[in-house]
Amino acid sequence: MTLTPEEQLAETVRVQGARVLATLIRTLGSLQLAEDAVQDAVVAALQTWPRDGIPDDPRAWLTVTARHKAYDALRREAARPGKELAATAGAALVAPDLAPEVLEMVEPESVVRDDQLRLIFTCCHPALAREAQVALALRTLAGLDAGAIARGFLVPEATMAKRLVRARQKIAQARIPYRVPGDAELPGRLASVLAVVHLIATESHAPSAGDQVTRVDLEAEAVRLARLVNELMPGEPEVLSLLALLLFTAARRPARADAAGDPVPLAGQDRSVWDHAAIAEASGLLAEAVRRSGGVAGPYQLQAHLSACHAVAPTYAATDWDRIVGLYDLLLRLAANPAVALNRAVAVGERDGPAAGLAALDAITAMARSHLWHAARAEALRRLGDTGQAREALRQAVELAPTAPERRLLSRRLDEMPPP
Amino acid sequence: MAVYAALLYMPEGSDWMTPEVREEHRVFGAAAAETIRGAVALYPTGSATTITIAGGAAGDVLVTDGPYAEAKEILIGLYLLEAADLDEAIGLAARIPTAWRGKVELRPVAPVGSRPF
Repeated sequence: MTLTPEEQLAETVRVQGARVLATLIRTLGSLQLAEDAVQDAVVAALQTWPRDGIPDDPRAWLTVTARHKAYDALRREAARPGKELAATAGAALVAPDLAPEVLEMVEPESVVRDDQLRLIFTCCHPALAREAQVALALRTLAGLDAGAIARGFLVPEATMAKRLVRARQKIAQARIPYRVPGDAELPGRLASVLAVVHLIATESHAPSAGDQVTRVDLEAEAVRLARLVNELMPGEPEVLSLLALLLFTAARRPARADAAGDPVPLAGQDRSVWDHAAIAEASGLLAEAVRRSGGVAGPYQLQAHLSACHAVAPTYAATDWDRIVGLYDLLLRLAANPAVALNRAVAVGERDGPAAGLAALDAITAMARSHLWHAARAEALRRLGDTGQAREALRQAVELAPTAPERRLLSRRLDEMPPP
Repeated sequence: MAVYAALLYMPEGSDWMTPEVREEHRVFGAAAAETIRGAVALYPTGSATTITIAGGAAGDVLVTDGPYAEAKEILIGLYLLEAADLDEAIGLAARIPTAWRGKVELRPVAPVGSRPF
């Protein structure tokens, strides 16, 4: 996909703005103040860059501009009677050093990276609700605005804006720290970070409504965040595994939708258009995760192995279904999950035939409201020759499908089903 | 530094005045003395009286027996803890005996200028 010059410019502003924000939060001690300043600088960039061209060092331009904006805001606040700032922005606010040379100083890349890692852990702090963690990560680390995040989560923009305001208030008032946790807390805190990144990725390739088959930007952001965490915490097996999992999934992107934008199921995908460079990179990362995990596979490693099975299979039929069923069994042992049980049942059907698959599907009781469960049952019933029941299952799947492309796909299958 | 109120909740009907529980709080109080800015232990909810005035400040004072809200978990006391940030406060709260006998809710105390009272 090629970006137009306007999109290129907007992308640069967004990505660099997010990096500037991480550093500004540390120097200002206030998320709200830093966000407002960066927002002002982003607006200034979008006004002047199209006219004057993108500066040689966009981050430096945004850093200095944002710092001046923050300085102006602080001066205005200080001039106001009662100094309400301390109450509104939280007690964590530290007076910034206002010397002119400090305003013009631009931090080296290494400092920006450390600041972003701190910010990741702040956004994913367990004292924040998971939905707030995800929203904050996308707002502050990916630089997406409240409207874009709201569309991603299918909530009204005002709801998302309110969610972000509440999260910022909690960070300021409860003083959620801006630092990388110590060794003792790290495993638990890292799990929270990985869950947030994974959620962003799953939302990107399985949007629960709307007309897009793939939300390219969110998937790319999730990969970028996973890369960042992997770069800053090298050798963590679950970080390596999550990055591998995201790359395996992203590699299938070119085959996931047809020309009309409708989803193409794995069985029907053209494997020659998969991104084989990404698959090779993911395989290398997964191998390293296996080496470093000492024989104990975490949930992301198991999921990465599952993705790897599909990535290396020459065809859908030639997939190693036995290994896939075994991996799902291990995943289910870590945590009961109806969606995992559904995928396992589909794999059982491929390995042992449609009757065994249908029995495994019918054993899952929690999925009666899922279009995926009805669609899987329809496929098993069709293979068993029971087209009457298969049609009925497909009709329910169409009714429950949350997005228009999925409805179209299932309706087409219903049309193609031979009459009973 | 910031001050957090650690609000202590126990299941209704539990006895938090036993020598064993008191001893646990004494041990915590001694170990965390430098961070404790205040502590309050409350008598059981059977001793509570709830006051409200209907119809504005000039209305009738309504006095009822018992706690404001009937709940499965009741407030039994609180500590005021001084900590640099939430992580430090969580570390302190995890050492309060109520953390394993019930639940501890951490609430940041608003700075003086912004308090409503």
